Amino acid sequence: MSTLATSALGRLGRVRRARAASPALTGDPIPPRLAVGTIVLWLGLVVLLPLAAVATRSFDDGLAGFWASVSSRQAVDALRFTLLVSLLVAAIQAVMGTVVAWVLVRDSFRGKAFVNTIIDLPFALPTIVAGLTLLALYGPRSPIGVNVSFTQASVALALLFVTLPFVVRSVQPVLIELDREMEQAAASLGAGPATIFRRIVLPNLAPAVLSGAALAFARAVGEFGSLILISGNIPFQTQVASVFVFKQLESDNLRGASAVSVVLLALSLLVLLGLRLLERWGTRHAR
Amino acid sequence: MRAETLTRIGLRTIALGYLGLLLAFPVGYILYETFAPGVGAVWDSVTTPAAISAFWLTLTVTAIAVPLNTVLGVLTALSLVRGRLGRSRARPLIEAVLDLPFAVSPVVVGLALVLVYGRTGWFGDELATAGIQVIFSLPGMVIATVFVCLPFVAREVMPVLREIGDEQEQAAATLGATRWQAFRRITVPSIRWGIAYGVVLSTARAVGEFGAVSVVSGKIGGETITLPLLVEQRYQNFDLAGAYAASALLAVLALGTLLALTLVNPRKDH
Repeated sequence: MSTLATSALGRLGRVRRARAASPALTGDPIPPRLAVGTIVLWLGLVVLLPLAAVATRSFDDGLAGFWASVSSRQAVDALRFTLLVSLLVAAIQAVMGTVVAWVLVRDSFRGKAFVNTIIDLPFALPTIVAGLTLLALYGPRSPIGVNVSFTQASVALALLFVTLPFVVRSVQPVLIELDREMEQAAASLGAGPATIFRRIVLPNLAPAVLSGAALAFARAVGEFGSLILISGNIPFQTQVASVFVFKQLESDNLRGASAVSVVLLALSLLVLLGLRLLERWGTRHAR
Repeated sequence: MRAETLTRIGLRTIALGYLGLLLAFPVGYILYETFAPGVGAVWDSVTTPAAISAFWLTLTVTAIAVPLNTVLGVLTALSLVRGRLGRSRARPLIEAVLDLPFAVSPVVVGLALVLVYGRTGWFGDELATAGIQVIFSLPGMVIATVFVCLPFVAREVMPVLREIGDEQEQAAATLGATRWQAFRRITVPSIRWGIAYGVVLSTARAVGEFGAVSVVSGKIGGETITLPLLVEQRYQNFDLAGAYAASALLAVLALGTLLALTLVNPRKDH
């Protein structure tokens, strides 16, 4: 099974192996001190320096300037819409992703391998192509007469498309590993399917479902490419935060763009932190 | 037993219906629309000078960003799993920074680079004096791509390294192998599928990246338009067939990626 999502969260839900920490540092091609220096410089230069520039710029005119930028009506509206639609998408994905994973693991039908492969398509397909694809079937030239373009529903639709694999790919391996004897024991003791699912299966899947949903949420909050064509970017209606940042950038309002970006960054950091905690929770029995 | 069958069929219908509406029908329909005018028309559309220049630019950016990330990704993975960073207290911090590109919005990445390398950015004056243009030219697009693809190789190699342990390298060392020999003859062969998987993921992301590149490219026709930007540009210019054709080219690359992922899945080794 090719699992892009689980690979992205390869460490989640996986037992951390005890690392053989040998002082000999074998298999390390260059001296350790040089390696550490290179890595720190690399990550600092590529990741931290630019992000620091965003944070600095947003506070150019002090806290008041930052506050003025993020509390403008349009910014608040874009942020609120982004947050709500991302939560909705993560929630739908938590349910539907679990159903899809369940069907892929426990059911068998012709073409299952094919279905399993195309789950990863949203990760492989460039986001702009994803937007265009949805627009072709559900846009103004829709052959089935369904036109959601330039509505809030179109934003949700595009986000559902790009976040599809996360929950499926994090739940799938857990379901495969899940010991069916537990369920059989419950059944033999008289539990119905609903009870078994609620009391046995769901508690085992919960960490994977949550971490998949958290990743979907993080992705949805920052998503840009798939929305640019389909959302129409109507302020106070379909404008999400990332597109708002883009528009501010285009009109050279770098401080405003930075301020909203800082809020987005803070959200990303929160999700990353939450995932870390979730990872601990997911492996609590293993330790 | 009967209720169980009903539940199973019901769940299957829901799952397949969801995937169909969201994934299969839209992708199937756009492929149909693209090739309805004939393969010749699509071919003409992806071989215009603009399309060819976009294709080569996409390839150039990918060819610089991916190898860079691969080398540094492997180095980071080695150091985090076995090396000094793995034992240091800074490890959680380094891992968090490594994961950041997964969580940061592409537009924020673009903005960040403009703030560092742009005309009014931190290094704006110095770069202008030196006559180096980063934003609205190739270097900016490469840096943006490096940023968004940064974690893939390291994150794919790390679990493999954890799993294989380092006994073999230690044995090699006791037999007199140098650091470099042990790395080349033992470590690299055992993590090669992890590297391959990471490279495929990075390549897919690099080829298809839209948001970050769109901010720093300036969209100068024939110069800084990559394939995904060409799709948007053609769509905005009401050249729907052209946009579909360029998308089809990207979709073919995406399908190739999927195929490659299925083939090089590192977990198949175990």
